[in-house]
Amino acid sequence: MIRQLALILRRDIAVLLLGRGGAGRGGGSALPILFFLAVAMLFPFAVGPSATVLAQVGGGVIWVAALLAAILPLDRLIEPDIELGCFDQWALRGIAEEWIIVSRILAHWLSFAPALMLATLPASVLLGLNGTTLRLVELGLLVGTPGLAAIGVMIAAITAGLRGGAALAGLLMIPLAVPLLIFGAGSLSSGGSTGIALTAAVSLVLLAMAPFAGGAAVRAGRW
Amino acid sequence: MQDVRQPCRLKATTLACRRGDRVLFAQVSLGQEPGTACHIIGANGIGKSTLIRILAGLAEPWAGSVERDGAIGLIDDLSGLDPQQPLGRALGFWAGIDGHQGSAPAERLGLSDLLDVPVRYLSTGQRKRAALARLIAQNAPIWLLDEPLNGLDSAAATLTMALASEHLNAGGICIIASHQPFALPGMATLNLAEFAA
Repeated sequence: MIRQLALILRRDIAVLLLGRGGAGRGGGSALPILFFLAVAMLFPFAVGPSATVLAQVGGGVIWVAALLAAILPLDRLIEPDIELGCFDQWALRGIAEEWIIVSRILAHWLSFAPALMLATLPASVLLGLNGTTLRLVELGLLVGTPGLAAIGVMIAAITAGLRGGAALAGLLMIPLAVPLLIFGAGSLSSGGSTGIALTAAVSLVLLAMAPFAGGAAVRAGRW
Repeated sequence: MQDVRQPCRLKATTLACRRGDRVLFAQVSLGQEPGTACHIIGANGIGKSTLIRILAGLAEPWAGSVERDGAIGLIDDLSGLDPQQPLGRALGFWAGIDGHQGSAPAERLGLSDLLDVPVRYLSTGQRKRAALARLIAQNAPIWLLDEPLNGLDSAAATLTMALASEHLNAGGICIIASHQPFALPGMATLNLAEFAA
């Protein structure tokens, strides 16, 4: 069981992080990160170059951009493996869908969160954030992105096989991510660790829920 | 070629299946002991594939129950092989999951020259043969084959029947859903049309 899960996790990471294998719908983590940087770059053009305004809203912009970047790969998280028949074959071998979802969440998180936190450094320069804000944003992303990954995989499992699933997945994910945004971005204005702790709490709840919701969704989607 | 198998059994009692408002079939029963085969026949859309999925435990029957004793190996039109990966690696992933060593099944099915070719470049028949190689490596006592001969040329079809026959001789169970003739010694036939509601 452990050996099988290790193999599945290795394959998930190869597909999601490195863009190898799988049903091959576009490549790894590069695209979401470039998208994230593009949003951070566009924002100063849209609101103007005033340093005070940018420094005030910049942290929130990074959070929204991170959410959008996490939405991008949703359609290749679960659906390709259902179409390939992998989930059926795993089920026949007695590997629970819940474990596969756990592996997928971990691989999805690895595919966007570390790179996102790195990309936050240049983005914070573009938005003129000071050191304290940057530290809070990075801390918040560190504890908030696991929650984003959990929602992403859960929603991907629920919308797999639906027509227009990708667009629907994005729509469904945004309201679920609101608590993370409120506490994560909110920690910037309050400047304390309370917001970070609440973000972590929301993340943990989502992480605990996602494998069961996602596994049930995959089973219910079988014909 | 295959190991001596542990005792296996597959017993289905008064299965019924419903799609939407329509009952596809009802009162389907079958009992398979080691070394026996069953050919499920019937017109398109009568529910052969659904019955296979119910027997595999992937779909819930509307009524009735299935008892399984032994691991299930399934072949259907989904290969489960990553299209971007070379065939050898894609098969290797499942061999790892199944704890299988060696490339004997791939050689047997004439896939040795294709192991470096990405799965997406393979033809339907080649993909089917790859799925068969995965099935053999899985070493499951109960084989459920949904249209196993689709896309296969006559040589590969003969080979598939020979493999199924060996599987039976080794004490396995074989259930084939196909509208094509499938020659196996002592195989029972289940015509789903007789159970259509």
